[in-house]
Amino acid sequence: MELNPQQLVFYLFALLTIGSAVVVVTIRNIVYAAFSLMVTLFSIAGLYVFLQADFLAATQVIVYVGGILVLILFGVMMTSGSLDLKLKLERGQLFWGGVVSLTIFGLLLSVITNTPQWENVDIGASQEPTTRKIGEMIMKEEYLLPFEIASILLLVALIGAALISRKEVRDE
Amino acid sequence: MLFNFANVLLFLVVGCLFVTLNLVVSRLLQTRLFTDEKYMPYECGEDPIGDTRIKFNARFYVIALIFLIFDVEIVFLFPWGVVFREIGVLAFVEMLIFIFMLLVGLAYIWVKGDLQWIRSIQSVREEVEQ
Repeated sequence: MELNPQQLVFYLFALLTIGSAVVVVTIRNIVYAAFSLMVTLFSIAGLYVFLQADFLAATQVIVYVGGILVLILFGVMMTSGSLDLKLKLERGQLFWGGVVSLTIFGLLLSVITNTPQWENVDIGASQEPTTRKIGEMIMKEEYLLPFEIASILLLVALIGAALISRKEVRDE
Repeated sequence: MLFNFANVLLFLVVGCLFVTLNLVVSRLLQTRLFTDEKYMPYECGEDPIGDTRIKFNARFYVIALIFLIFDVEIVFLFPWGVVFREIGVLAFVEMLIFIFMLLVGLAYIWVKGDLQWIRSIQSVREEVEQ
């Protein structure tokens, strides 16, 4: 199979995503797992670039790598003794985890095979950022209402997070 | 404005190579000598006090959670900023509503004292009594 440079980079990112994800679930040390998750999230941003979703890729880095991962690391560091914790998979977890992942895999596979055509995008060429298109869509087109509803969702998340964590802090 | 992601890849590759090369070069040049001091955690030349694996204040977690929410809000501001000039007043009002929603949340956590780094014993006592 002949690989052009683009495909090579794509497969590299795909391999990085899968490889680091495998490390996340198999490694015994929770800190290494958290840092391996960073590689996974980062290379998913790379895969978004291949889908010409540049805004999504930047968002992935800002929110997931810059925010959620920091949160996970805080969680690891705040739990006493978790740095030395040795993670272990139980048989039941392995079974149900396998069932769920195989179901999702089958679902994705059916979507991939039912997609009529794949456009080969030239990632090496310069491209127009999608930020303007997204802006127009959420500001004046059909996604105006979902955009405002998203603010309510964020409000609920904010108050919920404060409410739950407040109780935990008081119990310290 | 066009953007080429090959530049980003180049940055990524050069960054990785820079780190690896520096580590390899220093590994080749260094004298390998192990003294007790080398195994101490580095704290700017001071002798470290206590264990490095301390429990962080749980406040950090709350602040990080709140940060995350406003992080997502900022992400929505970027596409808005690009088209703001074209759409004008409508976009301005839409974003006002959007930000107002989150301001309500900010006011709530502010009043409830979640942003306070060290909460007074009095306020905690009051809450417990409630």
